[in-house]
Amino acid sequence: MSATLKAYAVRLFPQVAALAVILLMVSIAFPGFFRLEMQNGRLYGSLIDILNRGAPVALLAIGMTVVIATKGIDLSVGAVMAICGAVAAAAITSGHSLAMTLLITLGTGILCGLWNGILVAVLDIQPIIATLVLMVAGRGIAQLITEGAILTFNDAGLIFIGSGSLFGLPMPVVIWFAFGVIVALLVRRTALGMLIEALGVNRRAAMLSGVSTGVLLIAAYVLSGLCAALAGIIAAADIRGADANNAGLWLELDAILAVVVGGTSLLGGRFSIAASLIGALIIQSVNTGILLSGFPPEFNLIIKAAIIVLILVIQSPRAQSAFVFLSRARASEKKTAGEAK
Amino acid sequence: MKFKIALASATILAASMFSAASAADLTIGFSQIGSESGWRAAETTLTKQQAEKRGIDLKFADAQQKQENQIKALRSFIAQDVDAILIAPVVATGWDEVLQEAKDAEIPVILLDRTVDASKDLYLTAVTSDLVHEGNVAGKWLVDTVAGKPCNVVELQGTTGSSPAIDRKKGFEEALAGKDNLKIIRSQTGDFTRTKGKEVMESFLKAEDGGKNICALYAHNDDMAVGAIQAIKEAGLKPGKDILVVSIDAVPDIFQAMAAGEANATVELTPNMAGPALDALDAFLKDGKEPPKWIQTESKLYTQADDPQKVYEEKKGLGY
Repeated sequence: MSATLKAYAVRLFPQVAALAVILLMVSIAFPGFFRLEMQNGRLYGSLIDILNRGAPVALLAIGMTVVIATKGIDLSVGAVMAICGAVAAAAITSGHSLAMTLLITLGTGILCGLWNGILVAVLDIQPIIATLVLMVAGRGIAQLITEGAILTFNDAGLIFIGSGSLFGLPMPVVIWFAFGVIVALLVRRTALGMLIEALGVNRRAAMLSGVSTGVLLIAAYVLSGLCAALAGIIAAADIRGADANNAGLWLELDAILAVVVGGTSLLGGRFSIAASLIGALIIQSVNTGILLSGFPPEFNLIIKAAIIVLILVIQSPRAQSAFVFLSRARASEKKTAGEAK
Repeated sequence: MKFKIALASATILAASMFSAASAADLTIGFSQIGSESGWRAAETTLTKQQAEKRGIDLKFADAQQKQENQIKALRSFIAQDVDAILIAPVVATGWDEVLQEAKDAEIPVILLDRTVDASKDLYLTAVTSDLVHEGNVAGKWLVDTVAGKPCNVVELQGTTGSSPAIDRKKGFEEALAGKDNLKIIRSQTGDFTRTKGKEVMESFLKAEDGGKNICALYAHNDDMAVGAIQAIKEAGLKPGKDILVVSIDAVPDIFQAMAAGEANATVELTPNMAGPALDALDAFLKDGKEPPKWIQTESKLYTQADDPQKVYEEKKGLGY
């Protein structure tokens, strides 16, 4: 057991270290950063903001990790968010109950995932193209549902999902954390994770060894669609309205980035959902840090890009082997110095 | 054969009757960009309403954000020999050729809401709002409202580099110039969206002593203000009282917030560009009176005193 824990610690170390460094940097730029207080029965502070604002990308990253592990990619998640937000707003304003609304919305997300999955697994279309279809069409579908306007609603239950709180934490945080734990347990406490990795490394070999690759592939995209639906509900509930033009805009790229920063290879195979979630928090910490620091907005994207390049360089195989080489050289230097004495 | 002749003569008869009936009425083509925002949907609705009110036969073409579609629509209007053309151009350049064709066909063209980089004699007039002036009106309201008391302002900018963001910032700063009691302490982009407006306002509140250091919010559009109002409420403060809220656009939802006392003022970017345009066209066609090349729409200020609930009801049905 302690061996697996150690393996986890080694696997997550670069991400946790990067997150810690960024949080430290932000706290230097903005001294009150780590302050937490209770307000109206919930925790309140910048750290909570990071967890809360990072919810959509964290949720998308869960699905994206599994899809990327199958050597795929899902570009449609941002658009699916917009569709699902629009569906949720339309359902609740046309008088459906909250449970029914959630059911319809999650069903829509699953349907979108099914569409992507069938294009990839059955028709064998390359994932980047297959999901591009829905990425382009999705926002149009969402606009059709909202008729181009921001569809607002006042249902207390739906709003609670966006800005309510449970156990002193904002609802979105509870949702993404719980969902992340469930999916991580599902893939790691069963053979599913290994089968997905086998599929990602070599689909043909996996199929020949008896893995039902088609079903598994479709399931991965369905999971991604479901994650996008949850993210879409949260995004809509947060602003009490479905904004088809802007909900989830470019978030597919942030989700992919979170997975990559989390150390999962785009070539498929080994993956870690925990690392992707930390990756999502890294991205949101950078975003929140920039907002708190008070730089003019023209710098936002440059600072974000610079930090991310730095993280990726440190994580790159070349840099890693250079670190190992340097530390070995230093160790042997010490050794020879000791022997000389 | 007999039947065919009968049909043909009936058609000719019908056509001649029709043209006789509509000779007095105007036929106008309207090339709209698309429906990318609620405001644009409202502009389309109001243009159709204005045309109907004046008994104008409006031919509507939705370009779905593509210039080529607008050029096609203009050519088709010219082929149909309409009496005038209204166009909301999607981009500023590349219009010279088709505008020249309209000029050769002696069809006056009026630009709505945006202008083009083309020779001024190629179109009759342009009806647009003055973005700098809008920011100025918002700033003047704030200057008058705080009346000399010290006030720290936070600003939610539009999309970085977009002309509304640049101009609305400029106009606001001009209004505040020389007023030492008013200071913009933080300014960050909220991308014109509710989500970003809320997120950025949350960080402003954290960064400025839980919001106690902030006296007013200026947002470049209402959507960001609506998002920010939620952030202020969730931080345990009262928007509209603890923090004054002034924004631009006058979309229906901000009137709801004003009716609830959560927003203080908004400057209208009127979607009724067609009204002044058709007035100018009317004068031009009747008396040959050339309108000025630029007609500025009114940037009307709405406050809580203007019965926001009533304005909300009026605006709700416009398709925002």
